[in-house]
Amino acid sequence: MSLLASLAAQAAQPVTSVLVETPSVDWWGLLPLILLAAPAMVLLHASSLLRRVFRGFYATASVGIAGTAAAFAIVQWFRVTDLDGGRGPYTTVASAYTVDGYSVFITVVLCVAVIVSSLVADGYLRREGLDGAETYALLLLSASGGVVMASANDLIVLFLGLEVLSIPVYVLAASHLRRSASQEAGFKYFILGAFASAFFLYGIALVYGATGSTNLGTIRQTLQDDPFVDGGALLLAGAAFLLVGFGFKVAAVPFHAWTPDVYQGAPSPVVSYMASGVKAAGFAGLVRVFDVTLAGQVRDWQPIVVGLAVLTLLGGSVLAVAQTDVKRMLAYSSISHAGFLLVGVAVASPEGAAAVLFYLAAYGLMIGGTFAVVTAVAGPGEQATGIDAFRGLGRRQPMLALGFTVLLFAQTGVPLTSGFFAKFGVIKAAVDGGWYWLAAVAMLSAVVGAFVYLRLVVAMFMVEDIDPHHGDGDVVAATPAPVAMPAALTLALAATVMATLVVGFLPGLLTDLAGDAVPVVLATLP
Amino acid sequence: MSDFLRSYLTVGIFLGVAVVLVSALLGLSSLLRPSKPTPQKSIVYESGVDPVGTGWAQSQIRYYIFALLFVVFDVEAVFIFPWATRLEAYGLFGLIEMGIFIFILFLSLVYAWRKGVLRWV
Repeated sequence: MSLLASLAAQAAQPVTSVLVETPSVDWWGLLPLILLAAPAMVLLHASSLLRRVFRGFYATASVGIAGTAAAFAIVQWFRVTDLDGGRGPYTTVASAYTVDGYSVFITVVLCVAVIVSSLVADGYLRREGLDGAETYALLLLSASGGVVMASANDLIVLFLGLEVLSIPVYVLAASHLRRSASQEAGFKYFILGAFASAFFLYGIALVYGATGSTNLGTIRQTLQDDPFVDGGALLLAGAAFLLVGFGFKVAAVPFHAWTPDVYQGAPSPVVSYMASGVKAAGFAGLVRVFDVTLAGQVRDWQPIVVGLAVLTLLGGSVLAVAQTDVKRMLAYSSISHAGFLLVGVAVASPEGAAAVLFYLAAYGLMIGGTFAVVTAVAGPGEQATGIDAFRGLGRRQPMLALGFTVLLFAQTGVPLTSGFFAKFGVIKAAVDGGWYWLAAVAMLSAVVGAFVYLRLVVAMFMVEDIDPHHGDGDVVAATPAPVAMPAALTLALAATVMATLVVGFLPGLLTDLAGDAVPVVLATLP
Repeated sequence: MSDFLRSYLTVGIFLGVAVVLVSALLGLSSLLRPSKPTPQKSIVYESGVDPVGTGWAQSQIRYYIFALLFVVFDVEAVFIFPWATRLEAYGLFGLIEMGIFIFILFLSLVYAWRKGVLRWV
């Protein structure tokens, strides 16, 4: 009765129309995000309104949009790093969104991933008869989600970014309408991804329950003031659930089961984006939540992340050895690379975070080029993805084989390629942190992984391509058709190979940037 | 144990009682009841009638597309109603925000229309 009475009393009072205070928004800080998302929607609707466009219009537009966003992000870089009297890192939208060197770095990595995927997708979509704006619009929207994830200073915003990142990729994985493998990939990725998102959300709820806030800065402050807050068990459970969500996105063992099936079934240009873009965004969130926000709880989460890293390193490279399908093999190799990145996260130092950034940038470029080659070699309908398809490529198309070899060597970690410095940075961070055995495991995994990449190189250059189905001597029938190389794909391949080599010869270009990005993230959250 | 966790103790006790009660009753009934399986007993139960055909049926793809379009307007309604009740409180900022939101959803309708989804083939 008293409840009813109080409700009636409330209703009787006139509604006071006090204006809700809306947070101030620094539009300049959000510009790269807006420049990715808004033109993506314009592109999508232009495709439905325009009747005729010139060939390659959508890919050109996509590259242009991602390039513009990257350019503005680079302008921002000088503003948020304190090098030349910039204002330094700051948060906006009620301190839910951070603009710092770290988020800007990841933004550029994501834009580059979109550019490479778009260039590869151009020829691919035309070859498969799927040309349209949808693929590019979804790539750009997914990248905008990744930018939100890298910039989030609030767990809810982080979750929104994660979903905006993931949902377009679910659709993209299933976007080859006539390949049932692609449909299957999309379905598996969606079901498991939604499952992982639920874990992530539950983790957010538990962390909120333990600390009373979803803001990363406030959480960090609360934990600093009182390291054993009421409900420490809640915090640990929440962190564990968050780790499951991230582990799924970055394909860490034991949350990796979706990776080979999805990589094999999804269109190759999309897989290129998954391996470079989605992984970068996932690690961006992982580093910000664990290395920065939960820095004080490092003793609690470090053993788990180290365990994940070891499992991922060894699981990825050992299982890759057993594969005969190149796309599956690269899926397991990407798991192994995630292991190296996890080593960088696990050591929980600025050097480790810098090594992760460098690794993400270098790996994004080399995997983009690698999948460009796979797209070209696999041919119509992505039929030829076995190792056999690469036999004798070195004699038939030496330039293509040479470019692919450089990218494979980079993934192996051969010196004078960017891959060497990526692995070196992570292992050095582990050694500096006193994790000698972890560094040893990482090196062991690199040795096992080398077999995988070298097997492809051997197939290209050292195996006679005699068709096993024909008898001995029937060499004429054995020569396969040459691999078609669309101009955009060639451009993407050449650019990624060049970047891999340039960073390999002059690693300082990128290590300095990664180093500048990291202390910012580790020191200056409110 | 902190007070916070102790308040969850009720949930734990409830869970324990539920597990014990259900397993005790099911276990008891499986001990007491007679067991006489026949093929008739293991077919799919469909309100007492023998099932016809298989369980797999195809439905029209257009239902799926209309369901998707429905979601667009459903989401629109979900956000517009709470905003409308507090219209004054959000002022011009809220009006512009909602305008942008409705515009984006409107664009999706235009997209669907231009792609020929609205035609009932």
